[in-house]
Amino acid sequence: MITVINYGMGNLGSLINMFKRIGVKAAIESDPEIIKKAEKIVLPGVGAFDSAMSCINKVPGMIETLNHKALVEKIPILGVCLGMQLLTRCSEEGNLPGLGWIPASTLRFPKHQGLKVPHMGWNIARPNSTSKLMLNIIDESRYYFVHSYYVLIDEQSNSLMKTNYGIEFDSAIGLQNIYGVQFHPEKSHRFGMQILQNFAKL
Amino acid sequence: MLRTRIIPTLLLRNESLVKTVQFRKFSYVGDPTNTVRIFNELEVDELMILDINATKNNNQPNLKVLKEIANECFMPIAYGGGIRSLNQAKAVFDIGYEKIVINTHSIVNPELIEEIAKHYGSQALIISIDVKKNIFGLKTVRSNGGSKKTNLEPVKWAMEIEKRGGGEILLTSIDNEGTWNGFDLELIKSVTDAVTIPVIAHGGAGCIEHIEQVVKKSNASAVALGSMVVFQKKGKGVLVNFPESSKLEIIK
Repeated sequence: MITVINYGMGNLGSLINMFKRIGVKAAIESDPEIIKKAEKIVLPGVGAFDSAMSCINKVPGMIETLNHKALVEKIPILGVCLGMQLLTRCSEEGNLPGLGWIPASTLRFPKHQGLKVPHMGWNIARPNSTSKLMLNIIDESRYYFVHSYYVLIDEQSNSLMKTNYGIEFDSAIGLQNIYGVQFHPEKSHRFGMQILQNFAKL
Repeated sequence: MLRTRIIPTLLLRNESLVKTVQFRKFSYVGDPTNTVRIFNELEVDELMILDINATKNNNQPNLKVLKEIANECFMPIAYGGGIRSLNQAKAVFDIGYEKIVINTHSIVNPELIEEIAKHYGSQALIISIDVKKNIFGLKTVRSNGGSKKTNLEPVKWAMEIEKRGGGEILLTSIDNEGTWNGFDLELIKSVTDAVTIPVIAHGGAGCIEHIEQVVKKSNASAVALGSMVVFQKKGKGVLVNFPESSKLEIIK
């Protein structure tokens, strides 16, 4: 059973559709008391960093519960898109601290000639790790991205996938039980399906 | 690097998919859910569903059909048709759509652009501009599914859309739509020159070369395809299809 956290931001319907398609039980939850019992967590997110953090902070007991699940119980957690950026300490997009579960920060894409921000559309992500999340992921798989900020990790050993958009950035990261993907696996055909399947099997 | 997005654009009319020529002459294409399922299997980049009757008949978005469509889509989908408020936009986002498309109601109430962009981000908002040549040869913006004249000039309106927070522009030439004769390269270039947000070229695609032209000559960021992906050939029967990846390589 996968618990998709609903804190008021994110395209939850698509994630649930994809889990249903691959035969994995998933439910949307917003109550920290229920989230306490979660076995696996997906942290989605669309929108601005500070809005998301303040939505999470606003729910009494939410941040404590999430911290406990991530750092004490160490259940598998997957941040998607903005959800991945929330795993970092901070973002150039806002002032609020992030969850800080992975040593990294979130930066704005540098201005680059001819490249539009947001980075929107299908792009290649190349796996560079033997992490279980990368099982059966073929090289040159394509994924759907929509983002104006990217994650810069402190330790390259936490990189799972690389993508090039003017700069080379980490499009998937992982540290122990915590994972993040910058693209939308729920909207990336069989390529994203494989990643969600891998996550479900962790 | 990103590949150019090629977006099959399906027209919904009373729960069926149809295809038009110059916004008229409806031909039946098929059942929405089955058609979308095929596009999903073909692994298309993105999909756009436009309900061409919603505004005309003052209907709400048909959430039942839209939800059935979303359940078959493992790629980004956009919906347009009859959205006139933030609440209606929310209902569409909630059932699994990434983007919404607004045309008439962005003209009637331009503040709606800001309101939706503020809540959901510009990336979730496509503003559609339908353009038709008048009897003097001047290209002006039309609303209400092409039926209503406005005084808006396409380039100026596009610039205002960008200023108000629209994330993308779907630019349709009514004169070219459904003709298979190629895009209005001049119109599309005039708009891509004036804005920095992505412009999706729509109306007239009949072959890969047309797509190549509009990307290379008119700087379109993405291309919407209608007839090409639902018919075998001009004047021929329905065949849901999508150009092979190898053929699209030239466009990159």
